[in-house]
Amino acid sequence: MNRTLARSRTWVWVLPAVILLGVFVYYPIVDNIRLSFYSWSAFSPHATFVGFGNYTNAFSDSVFRRALVNNVLYAVISLIFQVGGSLVLAAVLEEVVHNRLRGILRTIYFIPATISITVAGILFAFLYNPQIGLVNRALSGVGLGSLAHDWLGRPQTAIFAIIGMSQWQSIGYTAVLFVVAIQRIPRELYEAAKVDGAGGVRTFFSITIPLLREMTTLVTILTLSGAFLVFNEVMVMTGGGPSNSSQVLGTWLYQNAFLQDDMGYAAAIATVIFVITFAISAAQIVYTRRRRVQW
Amino acid sequence: MVTEATQRLPVASDRNAGALRRNSPAYRPGQLLGRVVVWILLAALAIVVIYPLLWMVFSSFKDNTEVFGNPWGLPSQLRWHNFVQAGNAGVVRYFTNSVIVTSVSIVTTTLISAWAAYGLVRVQIPLAGPVILMLLGGLMLAPTVALVPLFGLLQQLHIYNSYWALIVLYTAFRIPFTTFLIRAYMVDLPPDVDEAAIIDGATRGQIFWQIIFPMCRPIVVSAALLQALFAWNEFVFALVFISSGDLKTLPVGLVDMQSRLLTNWPVQFAGLTMAALPMIVLFLIGQRQFLRGLTDGIGK
Repeated sequence: MNRTLARSRTWVWVLPAVILLGVFVYYPIVDNIRLSFYSWSAFSPHATFVGFGNYTNAFSDSVFRRALVNNVLYAVISLIFQVGGSLVLAAVLEEVVHNRLRGILRTIYFIPATISITVAGILFAFLYNPQIGLVNRALSGVGLGSLAHDWLGRPQTAIFAIIGMSQWQSIGYTAVLFVVAIQRIPRELYEAAKVDGAGGVRTFFSITIPLLREMTTLVTILTLSGAFLVFNEVMVMTGGGPSNSSQVLGTWLYQNAFLQDDMGYAAAIATVIFVITFAISAAQIVYTRRRRVQW
Repeated sequence: MVTEATQRLPVASDRNAGALRRNSPAYRPGQLLGRVVVWILLAALAIVVIYPLLWMVFSSFKDNTEVFGNPWGLPSQLRWHNFVQAGNAGVVRYFTNSVIVTSVSIVTTTLISAWAAYGLVRVQIPLAGPVILMLLGGLMLAPTVALVPLFGLLQQLHIYNSYWALIVLYTAFRIPFTTFLIRAYMVDLPPDVDEAAIIDGATRGQIFWQIIFPMCRPIVVSAALLQALFAWNEFVFALVFISSGDLKTLPVGLVDMQSRLLTNWPVQFAGLTMAALPMIVLFLIGQRQFLRGLTDGIGK
């Protein structure tokens, strides 16, 4: 009896963490699923059960579909730059650049990741601005003045301008993750490859890429789930406009919840985001588990 | 132990890699051309990455005529009053709020996470498995998904529109990451330290505060830096759960300011610079701790 008491007292160590997680992370996420089956607004206490109504609404809502497509675009472009591009960048930094300079370049590439998305977003909104921005001026400077236009103000380019900013901010961050992983590869492998006459490109494909598979998976997962959680940059740069062309799931959720006061519909969108991001993370866990068993 | 951990850091291991490279034979001409091309690309990327930030800092010292007339170059004089104006337009207020929320959440997050980590690593608690599973699941749950229910919950708890709303959420959502980060470090500490102290009659609490927590200092510093980065830059919660202008943190306040100042560009740039600078400086000073936290945190 005393023993059990003593053992249960040891729970004080984890209790604060468990309570905070339970109340502010788990409870809201479960409650969100329940709420998504109701139609209600923040200012009326009356909620009507609508079953899957909010979900069927979502899939016939053209803005929701637009948002989903934009999230997919975000994911694809980010994979190309933040996984593919960063991997090459990291390998080049490690192979070609001398010590001192490598450190400086790495620091420079990483700096955008330390400033807030809000600052980066506003800064890029200024860069794209047709009045003061540098983007249009640079284009005119190299004789491409005909391409200059209001990047965030046109439905065709708004989402791409936002995605571009995001690549600027994140490519150095993922590159640094790859650099650290490359440094954990035993140097002898590279020396051996060099002795066998393998060039830089060959070494990259037959040593670096296979041995970085774990980190590559991890960065892919982070990039993918990040792409479906995008919110801040869109909010700051366009608010989802013009005419909803740059809406993503996160901003469409926000608009419905807090501007149009359709809380039930917002909860349904949140559940869709939850299912997508959870599936991505779960896929990673299954994948790494299976690989560990194989080893 | 500690040296082992530092050797894995990029900066330290560069030396060994460089020593090997120096012995390699001179480049062939084709290779040399390739290297020149690579160098030009790397330099171009560095310029693309850093120039927008330089433009921001330069423009914060200009006046409107200069922002339009001389957008690329250095300011003709240092107009510090732009910063004073930005400060008066709200930046000082937002800055203070950010400092309060960030520093309190650093303390709560690192302490609660270090406690939990200690409980999981050294104290045999019942149901440790489910707790670890709960933390692991917490890593995958995103703030956006919880917005709608949290809106009601925080109002019921009467902490909606207060510092506490943000402090509590910044702590809760970062406990999983921080706990795993500190736990990975604690696992490697020698267990005889605890055992010796227990024989000497020390309580678990004393062992934690006087021995284990000080020993974990390097990783706690990393955890604190990453929490600072997160809390300083967080946007969604700060946007939704703070309604009065007086309590807004920098990321949300800057957006407000943007709509108020409109085309007073230099002052806008000054505000952005003031918001960005603390984290850039912190990163440049604590680069090692930052990178260790990042790579250990996601790798384990």
